[in-house]
Amino acid sequence: MAEENGDVGGIATLTKKDFTSDQEPRWCPGCGDYAILAAVQGFMPELGIEPHNTVFISGIGCSGRFTYYMDTYGFHGIHGRAPAIATGVATANPDLHVWVVTGDGDALSIGGNHLIHALRRNVNIKILMFNNQIYGLTKGQYSPTSEVGKVTKSTPFGSVDHPFNPVALALGAEATFVARTVDNDRKHLTDVLRQATEHPGSAFVEIYQNCNVFNDGAFDLIRDKQQGVHNQIRLVDGEPIVFDEGTRCVRVGENGRLEIATVAESDPSSIVTHDIHGRPSLAFALAHLSHGPTEPTCIGVFHEEDRPTYGEAVRSQLERAVERLGPGDLKALLHGGDTWTVG
Amino acid sequence: MLKRNAVRNEKERMAPQPTGSMSKTVEERDHVVIRFAGDSGDGMQLTGDRFTNATAILGNDLATLPDFPAEIRAPAGTVHGVSAFQIQFASTDITTPGDHADVLVAMNPAALRADLDKVARGGTIIINEDSFTQRNLEKAGYASDPTTDGTLDGYQIYPVPMTSITVRAVESLGVGKKEAERSKNMFALGLVSWMYGRPVDVTLRWLEKKFGGKPEIYEANVASFNAGFNFGETTELFAHQIHVPAAPVIEGTYRNVAGSQALAWGLIAASVRSGVPLFYASYPITPASDLLHELSKHKNFGVVTIQAEDEIAAANMALGAAFTGHLGVTGTSGPGIDLKAETVGLAVITELPMIVVDVMRAGPSTGMPTKNEQGDLLHAMFGRHGESPIPIVAPSSPADCFSVAMEAARVAIRYRTPIILLSDSFLQNSSEPWLLPDVDALPTIDPMFARANGSEFLPYARDERLARPWAIPGTPGLEHRIGGLEREDRTGDISYEADNHERMTHIRREKVEGIAADIPPLEVDDPTGDAELLVLGWGSTAGTVRAAVQRVRGSGERVATAHLRWLNPMPANTGEIVTRYRQVLIPELNSGQLTMLIRARFLADAKTFSKVQGLPIWADELEDAIVRMLHG
Ligand code: SF4
Repeated sequence: MAEENGDVGGIATLTKKDFTSDQEPRWCPGCGDYAILAAVQGFMPELGIEPHNTVFISGIGCSGRFTYYMDTYGFHGIHGRAPAIATGVATANPDLHVWVVTGDGDALSIGGNHLIHALRRNVNIKILMFNNQIYGLTKGQYSPTSEVGKVTKSTPFGSVDHPFNPVALALGAEATFVARTVDNDRKHLTDVLRQATEHPGSAFVEIYQNCNVFNDGAFDLIRDKQQGVHNQIRLVDGEPIVFDEGTRCVRVGENGRLEIATVAESDPSSIVTHDIHGRPSLAFALAHLSHGPTEPTCIGVFHEEDRPTYGEAVRSQLERAVERLGPGDLKALLHGGDTWTVG
Repeated sequence: MLKRNAVRNEKERMAPQPTGSMSKTVEERDHVVIRFAGDSGDGMQLTGDRFTNATAILGNDLATLPDFPAEIRAPAGTVHGVSAFQIQFASTDITTPGDHADVLVAMNPAALRADLDKVARGGTIIINEDSFTQRNLEKAGYASDPTTDGTLDGYQIYPVPMTSITVRAVESLGVGKKEAERSKNMFALGLVSWMYGRPVDVTLRWLEKKFGGKPEIYEANVASFNAGFNFGETTELFAHQIHVPAAPVIEGTYRNVAGSQALAWGLIAASVRSGVPLFYASYPITPASDLLHELSKHKNFGVVTIQAEDEIAAANMALGAAFTGHLGVTGTSGPGIDLKAETVGLAVITELPMIVVDVMRAGPSTGMPTKNEQGDLLHAMFGRHGESPIPIVAPSSPADCFSVAMEAARVAIRYRTPIILLSDSFLQNSSEPWLLPDVDALPTIDPMFARANGSEFLPYARDERLARPWAIPGTPGLEHRIGGLEREDRTGDISYEADNHERMTHIRREKVEGIAADIPPLEVDDPTGDAELLVLGWGSTAGTVRAAVQRVRGSGERVATAHLRWLNPMPANTGEIVTRYRQVLIPELNSGQLTMLIRARFLADAKTFSKVQGLPIWADELEDAIVRMLHG
């Protein structure tokens, strides 16, 4: 009866409504989070994933509320620990679709350790990191992605902390899928998320998200329609990396270093062709083309590789243990070793 | 194959007769405490372990206490590098590893120096005299030779050249000098086995299992063991053997078990009897790591074990697994329990079944990781922000860890609550004989997973025990969100509403308090029914409390005793019992934490017998304290 209930209508008829909970989103008006929520709710039905097999897990921060708005299973955890909770969920049941929604403070500051370990284990979770380069929920302190010199309530004289480059960090942790997208480009966002979903294993997606209250315009160079045309370097697998309406490119410069140059001045053979399944060193170099969205910046999928997922590895080890030792037998366990009988 | 057969024949030929050699007299004793002490590299834990097994099979009651050095590789020959193993065995029911050793086996001067104060006055000390060289004496910090300078006056000293005899005994077997010397612990084991008439075949069988694949090593160990046994038998040094008759015990099949094994197996048993897969996440920490090691061996029971990146991750992984319908368990000790506190709070508000095993160790911060203490009781009670009540249960002996683990799982699952299981380093490392339970008679646990029934799903609706539904991802129709924000009663929606928060705070407290109706009442042992004084114990001091109370009663005193297995909630009749007696004494390996709870809850005039030395409470010091309290 229960199963029948859940399957009413079948997968084919799932709509955005099936993924939308009855809770009213409570982000600031104009926050980039709305667009991301709409995109996720909108594309989930297309993937044929059922809400009851989907779990959204979040930490603390504005992004943390995301779970409440998805009509799936959800766990709003504590600050920074979502990847660890998600590791528990995805390992306990590798058949679930597990998403982590986090922010730059949650993922890279208090939860940095869990993030890198989830990535190196290749736990089958999709990590959406909303990067707004600020602490929003606590009302405007600088974050681990804020630029040097950032003036905030906690840094009235400007931040002296060197920021993280999240994509480079994920690549350094040997993540098997690393991408970047922006909150206001619905098509690009959806396209990247779809590829992340299809990737078996950890997917790390940095989403440039505008916090219009505490850090408005931080990503204008990339997000803004007019400026974005000139500064978004859109990575497309197998294609030469050309941007700014075909006028500029990424080419191999001196000593193998990647650099931005005009197409007109570049030898066509020096223009880099993107290869998401190639060596991570290419992705790493692309990640370092810019440090922060104040210069032309790559968006799209940087890198993808095949590696067994953690959940599957754990499951197959359990199966092998049964093959080798036989199914667990409690009596045999307790009576193993030296025993003696009285009477 | 031929080689193996040859070995086996050799063994049979060489095996001395187990007991009752006729050439020497046999003296009977009802209990004996032996302490094996040597350098970390001398294999004392193994020696003690083997002696324990032979003793268990003989039917003596026993209790053991391993005593590891704090440093993994302290300089050889120094006092810091001494590793010891103590065992008490008896023809009667015993409950502790013994206050003082009747026999100390000291493999080097450092061992003698470290452990001389643990030997009973007039006790026996067997020393490996080969190791009492000038250099080793200096390393141990002895200015002169204690065997000749009067330090050991009043003890019975037996100098035995263990190393040289061992080397001679294995000479012909073609093993290197180092290997030969290394097997001197088997010589010591052989000698002590002879002294106490331990069965030989148990040890020989074990050696074959362990070293069967390396015939030279196996033969060297057998030769050393036999050399030790024969040394006792043939030399003039030892006048007689000591016989400790078997203890009268309940009929059944027994094995020797250490607390860490029993706890791990109890968790596995809970998983088997509930059908809820076990998920254990932990970060390496002394002395809890053995749990991770033990559980990791049993993946054929479907046990998932993860060595997490840190303590916090371990707790969160276990909680995530609990959300997903597993029996989520995390284990730790000392600093680790601090780090898990925030996650335990999350488990309190999300009301998920999770077990947190805290193997308590001594001191704040890093403290003394290899030493024992019961210092975390109030931390378990109150060590979270906000009001976050949680059940707490503590095992009383190594074997008791099995049933306490099952009990913790039952309560966690039934009440959808995190629970703290307070073990300690003594319980984890010690061992005792265990009457194996009838596996088919072990309690079953019904996880009662929620199923959609067509009506609106309310994740925070409650049953008669105030437990909420356990609705696991993958179940159609029960999609819901939980988290650390305060929930609205019934719906589980986020709520900042004043009355709701107060109601939820009360519900969480009442749910935990309600467990009192589901646990056995506190049992008092008061044979005359008119005792003046109640000795109330908890956790690993149980054995000492029993031993001390028995002794005091032996001298005619009227003393009652009770043991609290559940620290939160306490059994429903606890208040009635602690206020029934004129005096209440609570022995604790802390400064009086249970005492504080008992006084605050029940206005009972309880006093603490406190010890915080990293060592067990000895029965004789508790005996003194009881007598002082009665007559002081
Ligand atoms: S503070 Fe910033 S990130 Fe948070 S909801 Fe408001 S706009 Fe969005």
